[in-house]
Amino acid sequence: MHMINIELEHITKIEGDASISITVEDGKATKVHFITEEYKRFFTEALKGKSILAVPSHLSRICGTCSNAHVLAAIEACEMALDIQPTKQTMMLRALTLHGLTIRDHALHLYLFCMPDIYGKDAFLDFDENDPHENQLLHDAFAIKSAGNFLATIIAGRSIHAMFPAIGGFIKYPDAEQVAQAIEKLESVREATVRLVAEFEKCTFAFDRHTDYMALLPDEGYGYINGRIRTSKGEVYDEKLYRELVEHVVLPYSQASAYQYKGDSYMVGALARMNIARDKLHPKTKESCQSALALFPSTNIFHNNLAQAIEIMHSVDESIDLLKNNPIVQEDLVKMPYREATGIGVIEAPRGALYHKIHVGADGKIMDGEVIVPTGQNQINIEEDCGRLVEDLVAKGVTDVEAITFELEKLIRAYDPCMSCAAAPNREERNEFSEEQQEIIEMYQQELRDLETWRNELLQKCEANERDGKDCNALRQVIEDEYFEKELELRQRAHYAEHSV
Amino acid sequence: MTIENKIKIGWFVFSCSEDNTILFTELLNDHWQEWKKIFDFRHVKVLKKNNIYDEFDIAFIEGAIASPEHEEKLKDIRSRSKKVVAVGACAVTGVPASQRNTFTPEQKEAIQFLVDRFGALPEVKKVADVVTVDASVPGCPMNADMFLKAVNGLVAELRPELAQAQS
Repeated sequence: MHMINIELEHITKIEGDASISITVEDGKATKVHFITEEYKRFFTEALKGKSILAVPSHLSRICGTCSNAHVLAAIEACEMALDIQPTKQTMMLRALTLHGLTIRDHALHLYLFCMPDIYGKDAFLDFDENDPHENQLLHDAFAIKSAGNFLATIIAGRSIHAMFPAIGGFIKYPDAEQVAQAIEKLESVREATVRLVAEFEKCTFAFDRHTDYMALLPDEGYGYINGRIRTSKGEVYDEKLYRELVEHVVLPYSQASAYQYKGDSYMVGALARMNIARDKLHPKTKESCQSALALFPSTNIFHNNLAQAIEIMHSVDESIDLLKNNPIVQEDLVKMPYREATGIGVIEAPRGALYHKIHVGADGKIMDGEVIVPTGQNQINIEEDCGRLVEDLVAKGVTDVEAITFELEKLIRAYDPCMSCAAAPNREERNEFSEEQQEIIEMYQQELRDLETWRNELLQKCEANERDGKDCNALRQVIEDEYFEKELELRQRAHYAEHSV
Repeated sequence: MTIENKIKIGWFVFSCSEDNTILFTELLNDHWQEWKKIFDFRHVKVLKKNNIYDEFDIAFIEGAIASPEHEEKLKDIRSRSKKVVAVGACAVTGVPASQRNTFTPEQKEAIQFLVDRFGALPEVKKVADVVTVDASVPGCPMNADMFLKAVNGLVAELRPELAQAQS
C-alpha cells in the first residue's frame, strides 16, 4: 500500500490558528482532519446569568475581525426576545455597519492573505513599490481597508467591537461632516475596487466540486442584515427555523463544531451569496462587473475570492447611496420591559450566515444561549474539498508533500476561515464516546463521504453528458435513489453506534 | 536599509479573539510605508508564510495562556526577545479569555470535559503570570494610541538613530 501523510500545522495568512492532517492510501484520502487549534473560551456558558444588556458586547469578543457581525446578531436576538421593533433608520445604520465590516474584512483577506499566492510572494508587504502595478495594488489595499474602517468607525464607533449599536437603536450618531468624509473616502476607492475585481477575475486558480450553498438574503436587494435563509436548491426558510437546517456534528479531534444540512456538507459565505442572489447587487456594481458576474453560479471555490471582491464594490456603492440619500437624525432607543422569551438573530457575516440564540428570563438575565458561526458550517466542506484536491493531485502524479501543502493552503485561504470564531462559541455539548464507539462513528462518517464522492462523480458525468445533448434524467433518478437508500442505512447505523452503551 | 539593520518583530497569538492582530493590520493602513522601512516582520503569521523563529528585538504577545504548551512557548519567546509587549485585554489581564476561572461550580462542571479533552490549564493565565513583561498595551481591542506610543518608545530605546530618522 502506498501511503502519503500530510501534516500542515499553524496555517498562515488566515484568521486564527488551524492545522490540517491528511492521510492518502493508494490514491484515496482516508483521513482528512481540518483542526481548530484555538482553545475554547466558553462564551455561551459565560452568557448564563449576564444581563441581556451585556450580551452584544460580550458576544462581540468571540472574534476580532467578525466582531461587528456578532454585535448585530446578538442585538437582533435580544430585540426579538424583548419584542422590540427597530426603526427604519436603525436598520439603515446597521446595514452601513455591515458594509464597513465587509469592505475592511474582505480587503484584508484578498490583498494580505490571498494576493501573495497569486503573485508568487511570501507576503503582501513584499510587493515591489518600484513596480507600478504592484505599487498600485499596495496603495489600493490600504486605501480600501481604510475607507471601510472609517465607515464602520463613524457609524458604529469602532470597526472592532462596535460601541454605538445597542438593543433598540444606536447610542450615538455621526455628524454631517463625518458623513461627507465617508462619502468622499468611499468614492475615492471606487476605481480601486474595479481593479480588485479584475485581479481576481483573471486569477486562474481553480478547484471545482459540487456542493450546496446557503445564505440569509433579503427579498429585495443584496444585503447582510435581514431576510430569509435561501439555499442553492431553491429552498427558502424563515430564519427562526435555522435549527432545523443546521445539524451539529461532533469533531473529537478539533476544538470546533461542524454542521451539515440534511446530512450533507454545504458552504456559506460570499460564494453562496453570489451564487444565489447576484442579480440583486447594486445596479452600478452589476454594470461594472458584467464579465465577472457571468462566471456565476460557480462551484470553483476560488471564485469565493472573486465574489468577495464584487461584494466590496457593492458595499461601496450601497454605502454611498445610503449616506447620500438618508439624512441621519437623533433617535431615542426603543425600549420594552423584560419578559421570559427566546430570541434569534441571524446576520450574514463576511464569511457567511451567523446564528445567535438567547433565552432570557423575566428578570432580564440570560438563562442559555447558542452561537453557530460560518466556519463551523464550512468545516466539513473544507475537509471534503481538501481530500478531493489531494486525491486529484496524487492522480496527476504529484507526490511532493511541499507542493501538495501549498495547494492545500491556497484552497483553505480561499474559504477565508475564521478559527477564532470557530473555537469560541457553540453550545458546549457533552459527547463523550468510547474509543470503540468513536472508531465506528468515524468509519460511518468516512463511508458517508465516500458515498457522497460516488454520487458527485456520477452527477458530474451526467452533467458532461447533458452538455453533449444526452438525456440523463432517468440515470440521475437511479443515482439519487441509490444514494438516498445507502445514506439512510449508514445514518441509522451511525445513530445506533452513537446511542448504544 | 538592509534587513539585518531593521528591528526584528515577532507577533504571537495565544487564546483570544485576535482583535489586536486586526487592529495592527488596520494601523498598517497609515503606517505601512514607514514600518516597512524600519521593521523586519520576522514572525508575523497573519502577514507571511515563511516565518523565522530565531530572535526578536520586540515580541508582541496577544491573548491569554490556556495550556501547558502555551506556557512553554511563551517562555521560549521570552528567552529569544529583547523586549516583550503584552497587547490587548486577554494578554494584559487574562479577561475575557480567562472567564472560565470565575465560573460557578455548576458552570465549571458543565465545561470540565472539554477542558480535560484538550489538556487545557486548570486556570487561564495572563502573560505576566508566566514571563516578565516590558510593556503593556491594555484595551479590548488594545488602545491604538497607546500601542503607537509603546512602539515609538521601544524604537527610540532600541535604535535611537531610526527614531531620529523617523521624526
